[in-house]
Amino acid sequence: MNESSIPSFNPLFRFQWEKAQDCYVLLYPEGMIKLNPSAGEILALVDGKRTLGEITTQLERKFPDAGTLGDDVREFIGVAHEQNWIRLQ
Amino acid sequence: MNRTGSGCSDGLVPRGQEKSAGQPLWLLAELTYKCPLQCPYCSNPLDFAGQGEELTTEQWIRVLQEGRELGAAQLGFSGGEPLVRQDLVELIREARSLGYYSNLITSGLGLNEHKLEAFRDAGLDHIQVSFQASDEEVNNMLAGSEKAFAQKLRMAREVKAHGYPMVLNFVTHRHNIDRIDRIIELCIELGADYVELATCQYYGWALQNRAQLMPSRGQLERAERITNEYREKLAAEGNPMRLIFVTPDYYEERPKACMNGWGQIFLTVTPDGTALPCHSARQLPVEFPNVRDRSLGDIWYRSFGFNHFRGYEWMKEPCRSCDEKEKDFGGCRCQAYLLTGDAANADPVCSKSPHHDRILSARQEAERPDESPFTYRNERNSRVFCRS
Repeated sequence: MNESSIPSFNPLFRFQWEKAQDCYVLLYPEGMIKLNPSAGEILALVDGKRTLGEITTQLERKFPDAGTLGDDVREFIGVAHEQNWIRLQ
Repeated sequence: MNRTGSGCSDGLVPRGQEKSAGQPLWLLAELTYKCPLQCPYCSNPLDFAGQGEELTTEQWIRVLQEGRELGAAQLGFSGGEPLVRQDLVELIREARSLGYYSNLITSGLGLNEHKLEAFRDAGLDHIQVSFQASDEEVNNMLAGSEKAFAQKLRMAREVKAHGYPMVLNFVTHRHNIDRIDRIIELCIELGADYVELATCQYYGWALQNRAQLMPSRGQLERAERITNEYREKLAAEGNPMRLIFVTPDYYEERPKACMNGWGQIFLTVTPDGTALPCHSARQLPVEFPNVRDRSLGDIWYRSFGFNHFRGYEWMKEPCRSCDEKEKDFGGCRCQAYLLTGDAANADPVCSKSPHHDRILSARQEAERPDESPFTYRNERNSRVFCRS
């Protein structure tokens, strides 16, 4: 995994905003994972086109008070990959 | 008449007196009781043949809309065999536009390539295909159908070829559990994403056939060991297929936290519109509301049926003073009713229950094979239960 890796969702999972839960969720056969706000913001930028670098830049622009976010993004994407939620190319 | 604050004249629990309810995250739409198979462990009620008319497409669409507003995210299309309904594509399309994750729970009979494409275009997310066994002979004997197995194999391959996530479901019992290695091998070959090895639960038809279905403890322990060996093997090979082994509560000393509590996350609507807190609850002597008469919101929050076993007030001893009651809610109301005659009793699976001997004697029975024939789940047999 590096700055030019492109994450995309594993087709087993569907990502969406869930009004009733007030958070982003991952839906999969007969189950739902509620995501915390930062995980949700990162995955909301996963579209199979953006690189990790681009995702980080966009988040830093959206949350200017949060400082540099590269480490957080890489760490979470590592977890999401391990969980099989996303694929990397 | 001044009805302000008067309460029950609308047949609902008075406002402000509703009990703590979660959200119906899971909506199970049992579209029809019609089914080409006759599995002797079917979860449909014994007297399904005597139930009322099926809901119309418009009524189902209203149920889906109201369910989504209440927070339902997962939607199961089930039955009977849901493929029997001619409006399935329309219901799938509506479900997708509302934002549900929709699951088709099917025997695979009546499925074909054309339907798989139409469902995918309408937005179906996932298909679960049920098998009865890993080999043709046992499968077809249990399904009561000579063509079932070949069709299931073909359809499981097509489901993957069409790009769907696929769950394969095997209800396990004494006739197929010794071949669990072959069941798992078959699932690997078919490319399943998840495999449910669901030990039979004894309600409805399965309770009628318990003596012929229940595995011995030895059979069960062997199956669990083999499943664990396959888990390690799959992990070592980097195969993401997940094996879900559902243990039967008859071999436990504490009951399951049934449905995560009565009326907390799960809502079933039966073919005729009766709303239930679980798919077995219809057999309880409790009056349940119908979606034809009330909104799903009133049903979930204010109907007597859904409030009946919420909270802890209804409990008897030993549950009432038990320090584990918040963990398991006293177990399963249906099981308590079916085995003790009182739905407010402790689930007899619990070793603290004064009725636990009924579970112990079932375990003893399971050590001696019962060769008597199954009571198959079909219209003719169901009519007998309608009369009784």
